[in-house]
Amino acid sequence: MIAGSLVPFASLAHRALAHRLGANPVATALNQLGLLALVFLIASLSCTPLKIALGWTWPVRVRRTLGLFCFFTALCHFLVYFCLDQAFSLAAFLADVEKRPFISLGFTALLLLVPLALTSTKRSVTRLGFRAWQRLHQLAYLVGVLAVVHFYLRVKADHTEPLLYAAILGFGFGLRIVAAWQAAQNTRRRALARAGRSG
Amino acid sequence: MAEPPKPSEITTAEHYARRREFIRSGALFLATSAAVGAGLTELSELGSADPPVKPPPMPKPAPGAAPWEISRRGRYTVPEQRTSYEDVTTYNNYYELGTSKSEPARLGFRIKTRPWTLQVTGELETPLTLDIDTLIRWFGLEERVYRMRCVEAWSMVIPWLGFPLADLIARCKPTSRAKYVAFTTLLDPEQLPNQESRVLSWPYVEGLRIDEAAHPLTFMALGLYGSPLPGQNGAPLRLVVPWKYGFKGGKSLVQMRFVENEPETTWNRAAPDEYGFYANVNPLVDHPRWSQASERRIGELARRKTLPFNGYQDEVASLYQGMDLRRFF
Repeated sequence: MIAGSLVPFASLAHRALAHRLGANPVATALNQLGLLALVFLIASLSCTPLKIALGWTWPVRVRRTLGLFCFFTALCHFLVYFCLDQAFSLAAFLADVEKRPFISLGFTALLLLVPLALTSTKRSVTRLGFRAWQRLHQLAYLVGVLAVVHFYLRVKADHTEPLLYAAILGFGFGLRIVAAWQAAQNTRRRALARAGRSG
Repeated sequence: MAEPPKPSEITTAEHYARRREFIRSGALFLATSAAVGAGLTELSELGSADPPVKPPPMPKPAPGAAPWEISRRGRYTVPEQRTSYEDVTTYNNYYELGTSKSEPARLGFRIKTRPWTLQVTGELETPLTLDIDTLIRWFGLEERVYRMRCVEAWSMVIPWLGFPLADLIARCKPTSRAKYVAFTTLLDPEQLPNQESRVLSWPYVEGLRIDEAAHPLTFMALGLYGSPLPGQNGAPLRLVVPWKYGFKGGKSLVQMRFVENEPETTWNRAAPDEYGFYANVNPLVDHPRWSQASERRIGELARRKTLPFNGYQDEVASLYQGMDLRRFF
């Protein structure tokens, strides 16, 4: 999984060194890393829906790896933007964050990923308690929405691709809601049954 | 006789027993990493990212076409280095051929450039249908090196080949009611396959005020780097307005219409708050989603400051005297 996840980075680095990123290599690297971060994010958010829909459990086991790769890629994406595209200009960066919603949304998403990456260890789960940890990590849903909107707003005219990712994300959310609703129903039915027996 | 193996070289019983497991997990590792790696690489290189494409060979003039000779050069040039032929012909915005930068270079060959005519209609004495080779015979081919600034904040320096639009306008004899000129791109999904999509409304229409159209810098290009335009650059005939953002330069033009009112133009219709009718290069007026204060010259890593009117201020600023360029952006 980790080895596979490193392949796109190797491919990008190889093409960058071989001058094969086209006429605007900075833009190509920026777009590619952004898209890759989104793919990692959507993949990590699809683990639970896959379990609900198909009963697969193996995706949940690689979820943390996917999430950490998402953070790493998003950080690279940001660094290419800040270091190469804006040439370390803090003024240009702050103006962008202030004036341009798609950049402020993207940056917010990156900031929200920081606590998630920091608390990704098993020890954090025990330290925070499972409930609190789980609530904190539900931030990933918000990051998913922010990332897709960030992509949607950046595209000039052809919105097919961001909408596709939005659809996958939305479908996953839908499955979660249905599953939660079914679980609640079951709990109530069981409670009712118990009440019936004792009454 | 072979020496007996050293004890350290003998596989332990435990490892021997686990060899199948080892092979299986090794195979699983290879398969997973190959699948994951290929999938991720493929996905991240899709759409917005641009796989590299080979530049086309320099097109040759069509058989039977007008003589392809440069009749004049050196009148207009810029002191900066020219962008390479490869970059000029592989990094294009031509949405009718695809919305990525590389797709147009792959599909440009589909545009059939002969026979080709330009219709001139609207407010002029007599409507005209002009063959492209007639245009070359009438006006000759002049080389002009212009800066090209895309609204997406990148730029190039391109040696175009063509004639001033003013020469053609003079031949057309527009009436006094002609206040604007509208330029229409070819509409044919056979040649321009992405016209099947609804990304923009087709055909692509751009427009200029008549005084902008007749300005000596406004150019009708038929070639670049001394040879005919490749499809992705707008073959066989395109508009070049060097002090405006690149999208004002309609490609593969089939019609020119003299009109009394400001024509509806494609990008302006699609997103009026992002793409104005005038679209003069202006570092002070940002695109809502990015700054226009600087640009990346293709082939350079550091950004350059964007110049007012793309560096053609002395020539064209007078066209807009008294106009609020923040409002008419």
